[in-house]
Amino acid sequence: MSTLEIDRARKLYGELEVLKEVSISIGTGDFLVLLGPSGCGKSTLLNMIAGLEEISGGEIRIAGKVVNDLSPKDRDIAMVFQSYALYPTMTVRQNIEFGMKIRRVSQAERDKAVKTAADLLQMTHLLDRKPSQLSGGQRQRVAMGRAIVRQPKLFLFDEPLSNLDAKLRVDMRTEIKRLHARLGTTIVYVTHDQIEAMTLATRVAVMKDGVVQHLDDPQSVYDRPANVYVAKFVGSPSMNIIPARLEVEDGRPVAAIDIPGAATARLSGISLSSQAAAKYAGRSILVGIRPELFSVAGEQASQALTVNIDVVEPTGPDTLALFQAGGVEVTARVPPRAVAARTSATLAVDTGKIVLFDADNEQRID
Amino acid sequence: MASNAASLASNSTPLATKAASFRRQHRIGRAVIYGSLFFMAAFYLMPLWVMITTSVKHLDEIYAGSFIGLPQQISFDAWRTAWSEACNGTACKGLKPYFINSLLLTIPAVIMSTGIGAINGYVITKWRFPGSNVIFGLLLFGCFLPFQAVILPMAQTLGILGLAGSLPGLVLVHTVYGIAFTTLFFRNYFVSIPDELVRAAKIDGAGFIRIFVSIMLPAALPIIVVSCIWQFTQIWNDYLFGASFTAGENAPITVALNNIVNVSMGRKEYNVDMAAAMIAALPTLFVYVVAGRYFVRGLTAGAVKG
Ligand SMILES: Nc1ncnc2c1ncn2[C@@H]1O[C@H](COP(=O)(O)OP(=O)(O)O)[C@@H](O)[C@H]1O
Ligand SMILES: [Mg+2]
Repeated sequence: MSTLEIDRARKLYGELEVLKEVSISIGTGDFLVLLGPSGCGKSTLLNMIAGLEEISGGEIRIAGKVVNDLSPKDRDIAMVFQSYALYPTMTVRQNIEFGMKIRRVSQAERDKAVKTAADLLQMTHLLDRKPSQLSGGQRQRVAMGRAIVRQPKLFLFDEPLSNLDAKLRVDMRTEIKRLHARLGTTIVYVTHDQIEAMTLATRVAVMKDGVVQHLDDPQSVYDRPANVYVAKFVGSPSMNIIPARLEVEDGRPVAAIDIPGAATARLSGISLSSQAAAKYAGRSILVGIRPELFSVAGEQASQALTVNIDVVEPTGPDTLALFQAGGVEVTARVPPRAVAARTSATLAVDTGKIVLFDADNEQRID
Repeated sequence: MASNAASLASNSTPLATKAASFRRQHRIGRAVIYGSLFFMAAFYLMPLWVMITTSVKHLDEIYAGSFIGLPQQISFDAWRTAWSEACNGTACKGLKPYFINSLLLTIPAVIMSTGIGAINGYVITKWRFPGSNVIFGLLLFGCFLPFQAVILPMAQTLGILGLAGSLPGLVLVHTVYGIAFTTLFFRNYFVSIPDELVRAAKIDGAGFIRIFVSIMLPAALPIIVVSCIWQFTQIWNDYLFGASFTAGENAPITVALNNIVNVSMGRKEYNVDMAAAMIAALPTLFVYVVAGRYFVRGLTAGAVKG
């Protein structure tokens, strides 16, 4: 159990800069998720923490100690890989014991550690099997067992669930969360799946092209994303980003959104500093509205958009209603059967929770 | 109804004949296939048949003109002569000492070339370094290098090392020459073993040697067998290197066989020649029978999936 500080870490492959001054710091017991699309450098960063890739610049500290020049085995970490990376010719027991044998742990202690891990992960009956005789989920368990017996300062997971089918993925996700709650070990977890990030993390680092876009707890990342990229990456369906104009009425900011075939919608009650309001007054901005901030309202409602619904997509618990506003397609999440396609509807917006972005650099305006 | 049934019945007749004729064609096709396979196998095995029968015939019977037919009387005298009495121009000790030479030469050369190939393949795939691809390319080039091209420089090298004409010298030659092939085998096998396996082992604290011995080698059993069979066959059957780099007492069995067959005092002893040739071929045959299963498996199967 320990802290992890990544301080302006860089990674270069020849001329190619894969990570650009990444700084992340987490506390003991945190569950950090590195979230981003394929190729953004998540695995590279994880491998640098593990000591499997060299650090081209900056520093990485585990429990306050600089580990830049330590080999993986001296960093007191354990790692679970996407392909599980079980040793194919060894039994499950031998897989779990391998690291302990190298560290010359006594037979008695090894047996105890294997038993504890096997009990924890409910795989006692699998101990004498070879990896080829296991299902995907069972291999996943073994890989976790191998990590657990190490009792490391830091667990590293590289997309551990992406080779599993959908149902199993949800089960294992819960299991990992339970494991974290039980062991309390600091975890760094790589994924491209934003739902995994939301459900597991205590801290999320959203990455793009080797740069951390936003580092915060998941709810904050969801509610107040740092920029349009993060806003669109986190959440499904993703946040609506609607071009609008900022106006100031009676000293209060108002977002004016053009609706085709209807009056321009004017949304007030937006949380925005007076400096920002003054700076952006009369300019184009982007309004970020999560689909669930819409609700069906009466025609006279204030803070509402009266729109023509193009398409409705029932999902079961609720229905997605699609319409045009500000020149883009907007998705609203409404109760089932609340609206019908090709009819007019008035949708109120919880304006206190909408987020504004600069139209040019796409950063959040506060 | 009745007419319907009738038409159905009349319809079914041509169908039935069709099926029958199809089955007949099928059977004829089968017969042709098996027939030609049998013919080719027989053709291919003919020399072996002649060798076996000739080796157990009496010399008089051979000279009487029966070359292909069954022996009238089976006798293993020719085998005994070939093994321990046949003359090769310098001595009359049979093939035995040269058979032992070949064993002393082949076994270490197979082990060393396979071992070095395994380490090479491991390094080239799992511990890549700048230029490792170039080195692999050069090794690959070695596979296409004909024997003749290396004989002179090799002779010079052996001379400098003081190994000229000796068995250790020949072991060195075969080991070096075989590395190109064995490296190729192991490289192609190890490339399909996921790199994450090595990473996991590094995190477990294993080093270069530990990973090789505990993880890579056990997973490489099929290709080890392939490499050993390949190398054994190549080295055991080699004549050119043996004739070029050894002399007299140190000759391998292939060279001795040639000498025995070419030495003629009086009547040519075909039965002894045949027995000698079969003795020289037996070890490779033995290796194939014992390990042939793995050979096919190793050539076709990729690495174990993680
Ligand atoms: N050994 C390497 N040499 C050159 N480029 C590499 C190497 N490894 C990874 N990269 C590049 O670094 C980037 C980040 O890769 P990676 O960390 O694996 O992404 P992620 O895990 O987020 O999908 C990718 O663009 C990839 O092409
Ligand atoms: Mg990755």
